[in-house]
Amino acid sequence: MSIMHLDIVSAEEEIFSGNVKNIVAAAIMGEVGIYPKHTPMITPLKPGEIKIITEEDEEQLYFVSGGVLEVQPNIVTILADTAIRGEDLDEAKAAESKKRAEEALADKSDNIDAAKALAELAQAAAQLKMIESLRKNIK
Amino acid sequence: MSGGKEIKGKISSIKNTQKITKAMQMVAASKMKKAQGRMSAARPYAKMIKNVVSHLASAHPEYKHPFLIERENVKRAGLIIISTDRGLCGGLNTNLFKQSLKKINEWNKDSVEVDVCAIGSKAEKFFKRLDVNLVAQVSHLGDSPEINDVIGSIKIMLDNFVDGNIDELYLAENKFINTMLQEPGTIQLLPTKANKEEELSHHWDYIYEPDSKSVIDNLLIRYIESLVYQGIVENVACEMAARMVAMKSASENASDLIDELQLIYNKARQASITQELSEIVAGAAAV
Repeated sequence: MSIMHLDIVSAEEEIFSGNVKNIVAAAIMGEVGIYPKHTPMITPLKPGEIKIITEEDEEQLYFVSGGVLEVQPNIVTILADTAIRGEDLDEAKAAESKKRAEEALADKSDNIDAAKALAELAQAAAQLKMIESLRKNIK
Repeated sequence: MSGGKEIKGKISSIKNTQKITKAMQMVAASKMKKAQGRMSAARPYAKMIKNVVSHLASAHPEYKHPFLIERENVKRAGLIIISTDRGLCGGLNTNLFKQSLKKINEWNKDSVEVDVCAIGSKAEKFFKRLDVNLVAQVSHLGDSPEINDVIGSIKIMLDNFVDGNIDELYLAENKFINTMLQEPGTIQLLPTKANKEEELSHHWDYIYEPDSKSVIDNLLIRYIESLVYQGIVENVACEMAARMVAMKSASENASDLIDELQLIYNKARQASITQELSEIVAGAAAV
């Protein structure tokens, strides 16, 4: 029985890499089973299990919270999401990030503190320099 | 005796500082190892997704995504800047900001406006003081950042691009070359230049499920996210390496200072002993 190479990777780590005989994954349109020499295909995945049968006839299960399945005749790649995705969820995250940016711009107090601290730092540095030059003169 | 006690106090305070810088150096060294591990763990995904995207580009799909189309005149550019959350890491952030500012000034000269997305609190503080349009911000990602935390900020920039508010999107990040060397750099994210040279000998296309548009949309967004995420993970490694080097030189400077002060202290002590002795001798002679 022929085999194909499978890589399951997420943005944060490599999950599986090796030769397999069969893959069953939950694609967005329904469950798909992939055997070697499958025609090129690309489809998003639903959150769910990925069942693989390895070269040694061992069955392994992985869970992905979505992702993309890319099939080439002898190479299959699963780009797994680590984050739970959804249009609404992404939207909420975007809104949050925007809010933070606006807050950061509105918050001028920190700004003044920073400016004050910088001025003090410059003063201290000047004093330090003077002390050093005085010390040299004494020597 | 001129301030023997003060010198002693100074020495002990410098010693305390040195203890802190030494501890920070060691912590940074061990964190750097971990960060480097994460950096290499994130690499396969970036490689794979790049492969898939370039397959897509050469598979001649009937649908052309806006991310792939170059725009002729650029009126507004987006810039995502990745910085650290904490300081005491040498010139890492400063160098990156300097470079970004240069880029922004160049754009301003060509009357291209800029939208900035700041990742990390140092970038936020820096660009808040400047007169730039900060549209998105995320910070306190910690030492093991998750892609979940940055999806929102990236989405804002991508949406801006799709809506035509910005015509180009860039990423300013530090490249980890080795422990001693980190280089700031800017790469273009959008329109993406997934390598198109790779022409296949025969024409073929994927089966897209459910349809090519949603699949490509999905994939390209993840591609950009993975590039930014890779940058963030790399930046953590850069931060730790830079901090380690900065703290090492701080510790060395502290030892130099301690040596110098110890010498001054010894001289002062010797002087006071000599003085006391001569007073005693003079006193005895007078009796």
